[in-house]
This record gives sequence, structure tokens and C-alpha cells, in this order.
Amino acid sequence: MSTDIAGNEAVGEINKYDFRTESKAFFKARKGIDKEIVNQISEIKNEPTWMRDYRLQALDIFNSKPMPKWGGAIDLDFQDIFYYLKPTSKQGKTWDEVPQEIKDTFDKLGIPEAEKKFLSGVKAQFESEVVYGSLKEDLTKQGVVFTDTDTAVREHSDLLREYFGKVIPSTDNKFAALNSAVWSGGSFIYVPKGVKIDFPLQAYFRINAENMGQFERTLIIVDEGASVHYVEGCTAPMYSSESLHSAVVEVVCKRGSRCRYTTIQNWANNIYNLVTKRAVAYGDATMEWVDGNLGSKLTMKYPAVYMMEPGARGEILSIAFASAGQHQDAGAKLVHAAPHTTGQIISKSISKGGGRSSYRGLVRVEKNAAKSKCNVVCDALILDPQSRSDTYPYIEILDQDVSVGHEASVSRIGEEQLFYLMSRGLSEAEAGTMIVNGFIEPLVKELPMEYAVEMNRLIQLQMTGSVG
Amino acid sequence: MSHILKIENLHVAIEGKVILRGVNLEMHHGQTHALMGPNGSGKSTLGLAIMGHPSYTVTEGSITLDGQDITEMEADERSRMGLFMAFQRPVAVPGVKMADFLRHAATNVRRPDRKEGEELIPMREFRKELKSKMEQLKMDSEFARRYVNDGFSGGEMKRAEILTMAMLSPKFAVLDETDSGLDADAVRLASTSIAEIGREKMGLLIITHHDKLLEHNPPDYTHVMLGGRIVETGGIELARELHDHGYDRIRKAYPEADAANQELNSKEEPAMIV
Repeated sequence: MSTDIAGNEAVGEINKYDFRTESKAFFKARKGIDKEIVNQISEIKNEPTWMRDYRLQALDIFNSKPMPKWGGAIDLDFQDIFYYLKPTSKQGKTWDEVPQEIKDTFDKLGIPEAEKKFLSGVKAQFESEVVYGSLKEDLTKQGVVFTDTDTAVREHSDLLREYFGKVIPSTDNKFAALNSAVWSGGSFIYVPKGVKIDFPLQAYFRINAENMGQFERTLIIVDEGASVHYVEGCTAPMYSSESLHSAVVEVVCKRGSRCRYTTIQNWANNIYNLVTKRAVAYGDATMEWVDGNLGSKLTMKYPAVYMMEPGARGEILSIAFASAGQHQDAGAKLVHAAPHTTGQIISKSISKGGGRSSYRGLVRVEKNAAKSKCNVVCDALILDPQSRSDTYPYIEILDQDVSVGHEASVSRIGEEQLFYLMSRGLSEAEAGTMIVNGFIEPLVKELPMEYAVEMNRLIQLQMTGSVG
Repeated sequence: MSHILKIENLHVAIEGKVILRGVNLEMHHGQTHALMGPNGSGKSTLGLAIMGHPSYTVTEGSITLDGQDITEMEADERSRMGLFMAFQRPVAVPGVKMADFLRHAATNVRRPDRKEGEELIPMREFRKELKSKMEQLKMDSEFARRYVNDGFSGGEMKRAEILTMAMLSPKFAVLDETDSGLDADAVRLASTSIAEIGREKMGLLIITHHDKLLEHNPPDYTHVMLGGRIVETGGIELARELHDHGYDRIRKAYPEADAANQELNSKEEPAMIV
């Protein structure tokens, strides 16, 4: 099913986070990507040889891979992007040590207060390096590792090496290869056997230099019977030229473990957001992706769960909001590679002011995956005739003894709903916001409270910030 | 405190089809008016035109509230000025909790100049008020957490509309067949609730086929609509007569209006989804 309304309207958007901080870069590599740059990045980070070799090999793969032929139009000059920029010479251990201009940016995002109230561990990424991190002491005592990935390469080398690039190899796609060659920052989490972390671990990511690519690399290993909830929120200031965000996130859920990975992102609308996220779930493990995509010029992101052993569960809840000039090509991927595995995809998309959102999803049930169950629900809400929504559901079933359901709906904000709310004193904009917030309620109620508030506010900004 | 809602020579069309052909009606704050008439005579259309439904075009005439012409106003402005309509079939807004919806609505109606994003009624104060209103209407407190009209039974929808009316305490309220689709007990509950909340506290225009709602809300005036006009106005005895004997006498007495009514109903009913 697809809905296609021709015609685009350029509408100005207000981005609340459109402020920038003057930052004095400590080190900035020249533009472009080649062996020299990759070597330079590895050298500055003082990496072991294996990582440098890994990067160089990935660079070859990147150069040999074609651009994806599906999704959205990507108009990028890879030689016109900065791949590495290090803002400070060392990581701040406490808030006081963080340089003032970087603090200013975080202050505008409200991090310190947020941390006091809600955050237990913060990895705030400013450009390419993690500049501020903290983690509750008791977690460290329990053997939990929560650090930036660069530090993990140095301090948890064996553990990291065992899993790094195993869930998403460099050969997976062009952008995974690019990330593997130039990655910097990101989070590394290891939760030991049986350790259940009952508050979310959080990180803020932020791009703040023109033409600055951000290539964070996140690896989460949840050992047997352990559980963790990781939350990342992204906001980016507005810049005039194209910018690229291309992350790789790998999650390993061992037997009986549980991981939830929540993302709320609001990129400036000139950013290409091309992210590869994948988890493997072993016996009776549960992996949940909660993914909210706002902003960016083009987002292509399909969080995946590979269910490798019986009893594994994969759940993906995805929300996309496409405004003027934006294309959200978001979705999900579930692979049932063992019997008795259970998957669920709930996708909700909103298109407004000529924005375009697409659901692209794959459910694959392998031949030996009898008694597996999977359910897919995609709902699209289109706010005006200029906007567009498409659905591309791919279902590949190789085993007959399975149950797979798919429902899709496309709706428009009805005149009757608007009139009803307006007859109760709500302005048209307020009524629209309320309808949209109601539409995404199933995702918002899954978020930590702070993020739910943020999400509603972002939606409100999207709804009122344009003339559409 | 004597507010006046005045409708003069109102002509209303939907999608080019003329439905109201010169309605005159004057209501004072504190009065109860019953609006009766056969199917398709234009009763709901009058209500929706008063509330400002965008599909209902006023082609002639005017609606004024306390002397101010509101004919061209948007529905939200009318609501903030003190107009209310309890709909026959209110629409569902999935994912929006009754309490959130009512808090926004009540804030806007009480502070008509409020801009979007400005403060709402403090949560604690609002909750307290909502709770007491719900107790008054014998509603379960769980109701506040349900999504607006989503999966409500007929009776629940009507009670939600009355609750909304109670929270907004408008100057004038149109109640469009608030008794339809309800069993006897539910009608009695709706009827007493309306009396408790609205009677003499606002101007009520009660659209109904039956006299049950009117038992607890005896009208000061009864208007009979036929063919898009109010053809007769009387007191409570007129409501009783129409309930007991139907509209035959009216049809015979106003053949022109009856012909117009039949013409309106011969074609497909206009989509009055609300």
C-alpha cells in the first residue's frame, strides 16, 4: 500500500536547538577520506594495530561498495566532509572540568539538571570525542562497563575485540564500512551475567561543526540473564551545508538477557542520517528497539533483531516524523533463525508540510524456525495533501509452520477530529498537535518520563514551527 | 449576567445544498429551550452552524452572542466565548487521555487569550476539580485516563459530553439528542445530570425526539422545526403535544415547510458525522 501525493512545498521550520557554540577544536583532520586520514585518526587515538588494520580494510570495502539503490536520494561528496575532530585534549571526569563553551551547549540542552534528576550515567558526545562521562559507583562494583568506545579499545581490548564488528561486519553496507573506517566515540556497555540495571543508561549525541561527519560506534553486550536499558537522545544545530551522521550500533543479547535501546533523535534538516543498528538475541533473550526519528534531510534506519535460538524475542517500535524537505525512510528488520521465536514491529509515521515518510520492513522466517510468531503493524498519519507516506513491507517465509500477521493503515487528520477539538476551545494548531501526540502515544508511553516530555515538546515544535 | 444568543434569518447550506431557510431564535442565559421536529428538519444543522462547523456555510443571516457577530468565527473562538455543543456522535481521538484533553479545553475556555504553549491550569487544582465533577456525575475515576471517546459505549460518550460541559460551564449549550441510543436508566442519569449542571446556570437548547430529557429540564420554550425553519414556538405544553401526537398537525398547518422537509429528505441525508 502506498499513498503518493505529488508536489512539494518549501516551508520554513523552526528548530529550537538551532544554536551553536563557538568551539576551539583541539585537533581537526583535513576534509576528505583516504588512507592517510584513517591512519591519522588511528594514530591520534593511539590504537592497537588490529584496530588500525580493521579501519584500513573497511576503507577498501567502503571504496568498493556501491551506494544503496533504495531508500532516499543521497547527494553527498565524501571528500567534502571532515571525518575527525577532537574538541578537547582529555575527557572531563566531572562537570567542572568540561570546557565552558561545551558546557554552554549542554546547558542549552539541559543536561546537568537532567542528570541530577534522572541520569545515572552520562556519556555526552560533543563532536567526535566523549568529553564527559560518569557512572554510578555501584555499577562499576558490579562489573558493569559503561564507557566511550575509544576508551574501551584501550582498557577493555579483549572483550571489545571479541564482539566488535561481529554483528555488523564492515562488508554489510557502504555506510557500515565508512563507519568502520573512521568511527570515533560512541558507547561501550558490558553488563555481566545476572546483573540487572534498573535505571536507564543515557547518552546525548550532538553534531556541532559544519561539514562534520559523526561516526559513533556503539557496542552493547548483555551477558546471560542480565538486563539494561540504554537511551540516546540526539539534537543538532542547524547548518547550511550538508552533514552526515552514520553510526553503527551492535547489540549482543546472550541467553535469558534483556536489552532495550531507545533513541530519540531530532537532527537538523540538512543532515543525512544513515545508521546501521542490529542486535542478535540468543535463547529466551529479549531485544527491544524503541526508535523515534525527527528531523534530518534523509534518515535511513532499520533496527534489526536476529533471533538465533529458541525463545528469543525481538520487538521494534519505530516512529518517524517527516516535515518539509525531509524524508524518513525508517523501518525494521526481524530475522527468525530458530524455532519458537517471537517478533513484533509497530511502526508509526507522520508526514507534514510536504514531508515524506516510508516504512521499509523485512520479516524473514528461516526454514528451521517452526512455531515462530511475528506481527507487524504500520500506521501512517498524513497531515496535509502535500505530504506523502509509503509502505514497503517485505516478508520472506521459508517455514510453513509459522504465524505472521501484517496490518497497515493510512489516515489523514480528519476535519471532524479537528472540529471536535476546536469546539472545545483548542486552536487548530493545538488540536493538530494533540491528535499527533495521541497517534504516537504507544511509543511515548514506553519512554522514560523525561524523554516522553521531550518527545511531546519536539512534536509540538514540529507542529507549530511551520506554516504547513 | 444576562447573556443573549440571537439567531436571525439564518440560512445554511452544506455542499451547496440549502438546509436552513431563515431560522430566528433568541435565547437568554438561564433559559431552557427545546428544539423538536421530524428527522431531517435541520435541528442538528442549526446546532452545528451555531458551533461553527466548517462544512456548514452560512449564506444569509447572522448569529450574535451578547451583540457580537460570531457568524464568521472559528469553532475555537466560539467555544472560548462561551458556546458549547454536546454532539450526537462525538469523534474519537485515540491516544489522548480525557484528563489531558479536558485540561487543555478548560484552560482555553477560562483564559480565552491563552496562546498555544502557555501554562495550563495547575495539575493539582485541575485534578481536584475534575474528580469532584466526575463524582457528581457518578463517573468512575478511571474514566479520566481513557482515550477521548475511543471505544466508548453510547452511554459513556454522552456522559463524557456532559462532563465536558460541566468542566467548561458555557454560557449557552446545545445538546444534540443526548438521549439517543441510551436505555431508560442512562437517559434518566443524563437528564438529571444536565439539570444539575446546566439548568438555570446556562442557556440550554435541547434537541430531542422524546420528552424524557425534558422531564427534568422542563423547557421555557419549545420550538418546532420543519423544512429548515422554526415554524412554531410554544411552551412546555407544545413539547407534550408533539410527544403524544407527533407532527401531523404541524405538517398540515405548514404545508410549504412540510414540502421543503420532504424535499430535503428525498435526497441523500447530508453527512452529519459529528
